Amino acid sequence: MSRVRLAGGQEVRGLARVEGPLIAVQGVRNVAYDELVEIVAPDGRRLHGRVLEVDEEIAVIQVFEGTAGLSIPETRVRFAGRPLEIPVAAEMLGRVFNGVGTPIDGQPAPLPERWADVNGAPINPTVREYPRQYIATGISAIDGMNTLLRGQKLPIFSGNGLPHDQLAAQLARQARLGGAEAGAEERFAIVFAAMGIKNDVADFFRRSFAESGALVNVAMFLNLAADPVIERLITPRAALTLAEFLAFEKGMHVLVILTDMTNYCEALRQLSSARNEIPGRKGYPGYLYSDLASIYERTGRIRGRGGSITQVPILTMPNDDITHPVPDLTAFITEGQIVVSRDLAQEGVYPPVAVLPSLSRLMKDGIGEGLTRGDHPHVASQMYAAYAHVQDVKSLAAVIGEEELTKVDRQYLEFGQAFERQFIGQGLEEDRSIVQTLEAAWKVLSILPQDELTRLSDDELAEHYGSTEGLAYT
Amino acid sequence: MVMQIGKVSWISGPVIRATGVLDASMLEMVEVGNERMVGEIIGLHGETASIQVYEETSGLKPGAPVYGTGAPLSLELGPGLMGGIFDGVQRPLAALAAQSGSFIGRGVHAHALDRERTWPFKPAVQVGDTLRPGQVWGSVQETPLIEHRLLAPPGVSGVVTAIAAAGERTIEEHLLQVASPGAAQDLTMMQSWPVRQARPYARRLAPRTPLITGQRVIDTFFPLAKGGAAAIPGGFGAGKTVTQHQLAKWSDADVIVYIGCGERGNEITQVLEEFPALVDPRTGRPLMERTILIANTSNMPVAAREASVYTGITMAEYYRDMGYDVALMADSTSRWAEALREISGRLEEMPAEEGFPAYLPARLAAFYERAGQVVTLSGETGSLSIVGAVSPPGGDFSEPVVQHTKRFIRCFWALDKDLANARHFPSVNWLESYSEYLADVQGWWRDNRRLDWKSLQSEAMTILHREASLQQIVRLVGADALPDEERLVLEVARLLREGYLQQSALDEVDTYASAEKQFRMLQLIIEFYHRAKVVIDYHCPIFQIRQLPVITDLLRMKSRIANDRVAELDALEAEINRQIGALEKDYRP
Repeated sequence: MSRVRLAGGQEVRGLARVEGPLIAVQGVRNVAYDELVEIVAPDGRRLHGRVLEVDEEIAVIQVFEGTAGLSIPETRVRFAGRPLEIPVAAEMLGRVFNGVGTPIDGQPAPLPERWADVNGAPINPTVREYPRQYIATGISAIDGMNTLLRGQKLPIFSGNGLPHDQLAAQLARQARLGGAEAGAEERFAIVFAAMGIKNDVADFFRRSFAESGALVNVAMFLNLAADPVIERLITPRAALTLAEFLAFEKGMHVLVILTDMTNYCEALRQLSSARNEIPGRKGYPGYLYSDLASIYERTGRIRGRGGSITQVPILTMPNDDITHPVPDLTAFITEGQIVVSRDLAQEGVYPPVAVLPSLSRLMKDGIGEGLTRGDHPHVASQMYAAYAHVQDVKSLAAVIGEEELTKVDRQYLEFGQAFERQFIGQGLEEDRSIVQTLEAAWKVLSILPQDELTRLSDDELAEHYGSTEGLAYT
Repeated sequence: MVMQIGKVSWISGPVIRATGVLDASMLEMVEVGNERMVGEIIGLHGETASIQVYEETSGLKPGAPVYGTGAPLSLELGPGLMGGIFDGVQRPLAALAAQSGSFIGRGVHAHALDRERTWPFKPAVQVGDTLRPGQVWGSVQETPLIEHRLLAPPGVSGVVTAIAAAGERTIEEHLLQVASPGAAQDLTMMQSWPVRQARPYARRLAPRTPLITGQRVIDTFFPLAKGGAAAIPGGFGAGKTVTQHQLAKWSDADVIVYIGCGERGNEITQVLEEFPALVDPRTGRPLMERTILIANTSNMPVAAREASVYTGITMAEYYRDMGYDVALMADSTSRWAEALREISGRLEEMPAEEGFPAYLPARLAAFYERAGQVVTLSGETGSLSIVGAVSPPGGDFSEPVVQHTKRFIRCFWALDKDLANARHFPSVNWLESYSEYLADVQGWWRDNRRLDWKSLQSEAMTILHREASLQQIVRLVGADALPDEERLVLEVARLLREGYLQQSALDEVDTYASAEKQFRMLQLIIEFYHRAKVVIDYHCPIFQIRQLPVITDLLRMKSRIANDRVAELDALEAEINRQIGALEKDYRP
């Protein structure tokens, strides 16, 4: 039973051609660009697609489920007369859907409250509300150094075999509103969209949500590795369409996890090459930036509407290369990035967050006096500067040996160790408050002599330097 | 005159084709479909026209009507621009929100300028006067900061036969009549100008005056002249947007035009929230009263992104023509170039480097060449400075947009990923950046501020260069192996980097440094170097210098001493003299 709404519309029998994920239909009239199409295969299967290109004679259609089994004379194509829409409803929470929004958990379809175009529409910048409330994730590398705000899009850049899924799951499990409004009664939801990930990974997330008792607040859209590739292009859009409904019509605070965006981009590349488009870098289409923006920009807060959408997309960098087009273009759109480091992971640090290339662009507006703590901006800045210096000292030590280093530089090495082990490193279940995170920061900073800490004010040094409370673990 | 000129025959994304087009011209503005979406003809082949559409084309069907307007894509210029926020084709976003709600719908139309609002009109000519093109014939106070001078449009001249009295007027009222050869012409406060055409001026002047930005690394080492063009390239996270925002906030221009071209929605919102609350250090008025925003976020239609830089620069030229110093920030020109590439790809044009069309350098040149300090048609001096951000993929400056941009700008602020990673902001790399205006503006510093800028500036730069080469040795053998004189250079370079070049956009005091404060700060650091060098020559060990408490004061003076309390730096100078003087006494042979 198809969940895609089709009404009336013209029907055509027979195709002009089939090429990869594309079909072309001849002799159609009144077909709109981007229109939804239902395709009935010769064996009676119902497939879906949308119009990519249309002139007065021919419509080129992208088939989400793939074109296997379609024949030229026997395939029927019906045009819906509207763009691709999915049903949205609050009772979609707690349910599992396929990549285009059809339930696959064996339960009856939720009653739609409304149908919504999966493409969405750009939020008018004049009605946006700038993110200012920080989300306490309980993870020091994020809360302390790359604070996540409500309404922000902050991706996790990772590589194959690194614990980005554990990190995302821990973040989803522990995330709560921090600051002055902490503890306020609010409605949370998680919308999870999987594009081309392994069954095991999807299962890991489901179990993780179930264990924390959050499953009733989670809607999952799953397009797994073996599922049709082109369907992946719809999956994040379907998920975000539900997220927008929950956030801006139901006033919920929605955390959207999209994984893995690299698979999404590969599907787009596949489609682009099937269309014989001129490729850009590494074969990805020239419009990859605009296309990714149409996903990532569906985040934020709108004035006068209670809810918010916070996005945490996950992507694996091919060959750990951050200059690869997918992470590169993503970081140009998102408000920062959390980079997961293979080196730290190999040294046994969890979460292996490489803080130097990581960044939260909105952090500055959500931390400090009255939000987290007054010393937080300077502490974070000092930690960055000191840890950056540690890298210089390390490369010097590699040449001249640690013994030849000055006393201060040896202190920097010690600081670097403590920073990675005691500040960044924490347990999978460990949920640190912002005060604990800052105290941990002061403890490792106190390894360095006071006059190295130029980014901290005299008052801050007087109050916190040398403090060793709050760290009961190593 | 709007009439149907053809019908849609092919649609693929933002580019469509129309057939049956007989009466249309290249770059004519058209309206597409029953929703009357705005578009522009970008190719004509026989009876087929290629059209880029400035709105989302989902749902458009072959056979839909295409209407011609008989005019190129043009802007409405007149009172009401200042403080406004527009999309890439000058639709006011607030009016769109009123019509279509929180999300931008399609086929929504709104006049750029409010037709109902009245403005306090003051005439500046009398009946019988002769009006020349570009001449000021009246004015209105547009915001408390900006007197909007009403200019005779280029091409309009003649004897004034009627002029309205002072009073509250709307922009559509006929206020002035001139008897020109041929027919009488009525002028209103509003005029129209095609976006892709540069507005005329009398003649160009050589840029000589620095645009004071309050950002030390820029003003001191890589200054931009009023009427100059600069580029800020940098990978993601290098701080392009923050630097652009800082320039928009603190530059001593009269008018700021900020183009958010294919960037983040939240960043535009941040400007909208911040600017009305921030106060211009020179005038004490909210910054929004001198700012125009063009916002075409990354998820808004790509063709409108292409148009947005022209929309912005045309407005900027209009205010330049009134005799103002205008600074335009475009963030980011790479997104604009990518929009060109996307449209070009849809037209199936033969690509040049990395898929960009072969005309990319020509378009960049046409854009940056619209910068300049000019004598306007009315005889006043105005300037238009351009600062374009460039977002090279992977932070690689060898890519086409950076390379071609470098050909047409004279000031290059290279943002450095490593500096950004160490949270050294602004992350302008002092070894890779350059400004050809450096020599041009020396005269201004000397004549207007009586400051010997040049020698301080070049000595500081020498220290930074020496540091860079010394660092290579340090990396091999450690700093201890260097003689004390060279270690002093490293120490002073650190003072320069951390105490001078680094500037916090978030610190209330440090965010803006007046020219006087910059001069004094640099003077103290260089003076410290000179005095310390003498002591080192007396064989005072370097650690004695490094332990001086005054070093911390030098590192922190940027945020401790406010711009209006620069005199307090005299006390710091005395302290330097006292502390080093003590060492000098101990070690003097």
